[in-house]
Amino acid sequence: MTTESTTQMPSVGYGAAILRFIKSFGLLRESWVGMIGAVLVLFWVIVAVFAPLIAQFDPNASIQPFAKPGAVAASGSTFWLGTDHMGRDILSRIVWGSRTVLIYAPLATLSAYTVGILMGLMAGYRGGLVDDILSRISDIILSFPVLVLYIIVIATIGASGFNIVIAITFASSPGIMRIVRGLVLDLRNRDYVAAAQTRGESDWRIMLVEILPNARGPLIVDACLRLGYVIITIGVLGFLGLGLPPPDPDWGGMVNETRQMAMVFPHMTLFPCIAISSLILGFNLLADGLREISLRD
Amino acid sequence: MILLLLKRIGFMIFTMIVVSIILFLLLETGLTGDPATRVLGNFASDEQKEIWRDQQGYNQPVIVRYAKWLGNFATGNLGTSIRYKGPVKDVLLPRLWNTAILGFWTFAIMIPLSLTLGILSGMKEGSLLDRTISVFGILTTSVPEFASAVFFSALFVFGLKWLPGTSSMSDGFEFKQLLLPAMVLVVYDFGYVARMTRASMAEVMTSQYVRSAVLKGLPYRQVIIRHALRNALIAPFTVIMLQINWLLSGVIVVEFFFAYKGFGALLLEASLNNDIALLEACAMVAVVVAVSSQTIADIGYTFLNPRIRFS
Repeated sequence: MTTESTTQMPSVGYGAAILRFIKSFGLLRESWVGMIGAVLVLFWVIVAVFAPLIAQFDPNASIQPFAKPGAVAASGSTFWLGTDHMGRDILSRIVWGSRTVLIYAPLATLSAYTVGILMGLMAGYRGGLVDDILSRISDIILSFPVLVLYIIVIATIGASGFNIVIAITFASSPGIMRIVRGLVLDLRNRDYVAAAQTRGESDWRIMLVEILPNARGPLIVDACLRLGYVIITIGVLGFLGLGLPPPDPDWGGMVNETRQMAMVFPHMTLFPCIAISSLILGFNLLADGLREISLRD
Repeated sequence: MILLLLKRIGFMIFTMIVVSIILFLLLETGLTGDPATRVLGNFASDEQKEIWRDQQGYNQPVIVRYAKWLGNFATGNLGTSIRYKGPVKDVLLPRLWNTAILGFWTFAIMIPLSLTLGILSGMKEGSLLDRTISVFGILTTSVPEFASAVFFSALFVFGLKWLPGTSSMSDGFEFKQLLLPAMVLVVYDFGYVARMTRASMAEVMTSQYVRSAVLKGLPYRQVIIRHALRNALIAPFTVIMLQINWLLSGVIVVEFFFAYKGFGALLLEASLNNDIALLEACAMVAVVVAVSSQTIADIGYTFLNPRIRFS
């Protein structure tokens, strides 16, 4: 994208686009399911942003092991959700853990979307041999059971935040590619694409400026669903001991560390599970609401 | 029809070969770190590593090694597990059998449940029942398997004390121990299958032949059973077959949580302990199962759907 594109799109256009974007969220009011989802997601975003203000304890500090929910610490503050086997405040860990999830999940989704969209645009628009090769590759990756794929990738490249993003990109971009490819196959025969071709615009410009914005509807719904799914993946990897290295709080990891003690201290595993489920539910309900609205128009 | 069959089987074999190459490159070559270090640990001396490489034939050219490796695989020689100190085959087969039992009961509960719910909500699209079932489906698919395992354990094991908290089957097979793992898998998955069934049913309900069946005065029950269901159940067949692929992921979490001695727990154990031979065998089994179920789904879909079969 060169300066040419910015001169063609005056700033007024951007302002209107942003306004339309905000208005489209107003549409959510028509779907109560979508509203509940949006509220849940917003709640966790606020918690993540204001984590230092909400959490009363250092998430990694050992204070008082095996405290029950509601116990009072020596400092006078209350362990509202109790502490874990190492004496760390569970509420503070959940609050700080929301940052981990809300940073890595969107990052991994964005990365998977970038790769998937580029592959899908190429396969759908160029067609022919490029399409064949890309489709075969994605067929093969998609034929793997997902978690088996994650375990093998993480087992070979090691567990870290960056590697989780890579593994998720590797495993989910083929699915995104398929969706984009299908949308492009439909859109590439439209008049405005033909007009752009006649103007002599480059293939990449047509793909990114003419086709991609018109495919955004289904992609936004899918992105919402996929975000929920990526959060599940990050949680499951943490639960299996393949997630982020300790001690930093990670919801799945918290369940893994304390599940042996669930018999006597159920609060240690219960609260992180409620946290992760509510966030995923938020994204899934939001996706359902958005889909309902997009079908109505 | 035969051409399609051959094409599908050809693609299946192609996929397996590509996957085997990827597995080999990832785990057996220096591409992602030295295999000798992976097996012997970080503190092994260079001399020890060299002896190990020589013993295991790692100093031969890659292509020769791949051919040998694939040949061994094809003839059923899966190598030796480092962790279990025995042939991989002896470890793997009983574990696979256990997972097959778990998978059978999961499907035996999930299929009737999700089909019934899907058909009920697809019969009257947009009705209160439809909305309720769909929101309930979203709710259950939003809870990751490990979280629902925690919730169920809290309720049925610690709260009501009805079911055992682990499923290790240490005193022989006990059906009671199978209930919680199967329940967790069903709860996570039935929402998706129900949604797919609903979509298929809703589409059929708007078709011309259902409308004429209603208009010619057939009882509603007969319209559904004789006319709508036959076509509406073609798509769910494919979806259910594809759930086998998903089940292979699901069992890893559930078996790990409930200490069930199945295939998923074995795969995880192999990867956490760098048991390469075992991990390769597990991964290959997973892919073979996944790809063959996809092939069966494709062929079955063609077979069930006369519109494709006779075109």
